Amino acid sequence: MQISVRGLRKEFDRYPALHDVSLDIRSGELIALLGPSGSGKTTLLRLIAGLEFPTSGSIFFGSEDASRKSVQDRNVGFVFQHYALFKHMTVADNIGFGLKVRDRRTRPSAQEIRRRASDLLDLVQLPGLDNRYPSQLSGGQRQRVALARALAIEPQVLLLDEPFGALDAKVRKELRRWLRELHDRTGHTTVFVTHDQEEALELSDRVVVMSQGRIEQVGTPDEIYDRPATPFVFSFIGDSNELPVTIQDGSILLHERPLEIAGNAAPKGILSKGAPDGAGRLFLRPHDLDVVDAGEGAIAGVVSGVRRTAGARMLEVEVAGRDRLEIELPADDQRSFVGHVGLRPRKWQVFPA
Amino acid sequence: MPAAVLPRLKQQSVVPGFGPALGFTLFYLSIVVLIPLGALALRAAGLGWSDFWQLATDPRTLAALRLSFLASLGAASINVVFGLLLAWVLVRYDFPGRRLVDAVIDLPFALPTAVAGIALTSLYAPNGWVGQVLTPLGFKVAYTPLGVIVALTFVSLPFVVRTVQPVLQDLDRDVEEAAATLGATRRHTFLRVVLPALLPALLTGYALALARAVGEYGSVIFIAGNIPYVSEIAPLLIVIRLEEFNYAAATAVAALMLGVSFTMLLIINLIQAWSRRRFGHGA
Repeated sequence: MQISVRGLRKEFDRYPALHDVSLDIRSGELIALLGPSGSGKTTLLRLIAGLEFPTSGSIFFGSEDASRKSVQDRNVGFVFQHYALFKHMTVADNIGFGLKVRDRRTRPSAQEIRRRASDLLDLVQLPGLDNRYPSQLSGGQRQRVALARALAIEPQVLLLDEPFGALDAKVRKELRRWLRELHDRTGHTTVFVTHDQEEALELSDRVVVMSQGRIEQVGTPDEIYDRPATPFVFSFIGDSNELPVTIQDGSILLHERPLEIAGNAAPKGILSKGAPDGAGRLFLRPHDLDVVDAGEGAIAGVVSGVRRTAGARMLEVEVAGRDRLEIELPADDQRSFVGHVGLRPRKWQVFPA
Repeated sequence: MPAAVLPRLKQQSVVPGFGPALGFTLFYLSIVVLIPLGALALRAAGLGWSDFWQLATDPRTLAALRLSFLASLGAASINVVFGLLLAWVLVRYDFPGRRLVDAVIDLPFALPTAVAGIALTSLYAPNGWVGQVLTPLGFKVAYTPLGVIVALTFVSLPFVVRTVQPVLQDLDRDVEEAAATLGATRRHTFLRVVLPALLPALLTGYALALARAVGEYGSVIFIAGNIPYVSEIAPLLIVIRLEEFNYAAATAVAALMLGVSFTMLLIINLIQAWSRRRFGHGA
């Protein structure tokens, strides 16, 4: 089911939570809404589900305008961060709930409902737990039951609101992989909300990065990471360094020195199109900087610290006595770094300030 | 191996003082509740079985007991429905004056019950504000069993509201939203999702309201009219017997009330334990 969001706006007590958002979600796609808290990602998801109604704008399911349809009529599967299971019902009754509340004409028989619940438990890899109560399950198991319950109504779309947010790191990783497999097998159009960029990049076909009620960028994980459209996306996704620069006639000056100095081995930089002359913001990934001898490279700095992280060594360099840069080096880099060093950026990006 | 037999008492705990706490609890309960009730039972036992039976099966006693318990059950039942509604409105909706309404709920707690009784009587009497409207329609409230129910409903209302309210407040909205996304109508969601979650609290409220209603005296005697065999409640009958210096008869009625009340509360507690287990808390 293809979903189109057109000029969607939502205000809560006059306070806008979403400004004029438009988005096309392709059929069968697994798409992530990523952003910090307060970015409007959950509001967008709830609007698609019909749990909220837009102040203006519309939502199309296929070619049908669903904006004014009630949540009951939209036939969406929704998974909540805190599972929202019915505590007084067994696992099987939870999963069968959506079928049991149908009116008599479309309701399957009690036997059929039990069978479907059992099949779905197999699908979410919890066979035989039919008669347990939610309180007897672990967090990861509860979320799988919640997913099975959402799938039981054969939804047109599957919407997940921070589905792994309440789980510990290890279970979260497992479930992430498992959800990807499940999606590839069932092919539901799936939208999920997360504030965990790693989750968004690893799991989804496309990522929608949101900030302050607006969409900053929509793209594949590669596009989002390698070609961020805005300073926000660059600094929100992955680690980043920022330096103030000046843009002059299409070239970039850092502390009055041009960034592309002679002898620099073909740096790959992106100056966002039509950047006007004036102040700019230079963004660099920690792993896109090489450390060279003092006097070489485009940036000069003083080493202020070295830290060891899990798989890498992090070098901290102070530039012009003000700005701190982080540089990621291989853990087995045995050089010792003290005093003045030069930095050679391999990739960078400049945005007008 | 006595240590294995009494593991609960012997285990080290971060909450110490189990022994003294339990001891004090039993001591306190004895002084405040058990000894007075024991004395009552003893007095009743002193009557002798045939005397007791004769007093207990006295038609006037039976009529009073029946009225007391039926009216209390009725009042508690009315309050379960409307108390839930009140709690619902107070928790779920925000409206001007909500805090005021919230405070009004507690008034039956605070008001001397005699005041309540007089107020209700003047309202429901045939020439009162409400009575004027009801009498031509054929409803007689004051000085009938109906009046007893009205008074008991009044005094026991806060119990249901105050027990349901916090539970309703803690009820996660996302559970109801989940039901809605699964296609459940509001009615289905309420009956199958919200109500089962509120059931333990509702039962507690019911039990408290019932207990309060059974023991109520002050407000009822004004509105009931106290006609023997018709609108005379058991607590009033006890007072009447005492005023006649007929302590034996008073004790018999009291012992019967005690027995029935205890049985009813026990049953409600058992239902509650069962529903709690079903709800998954006991597992």
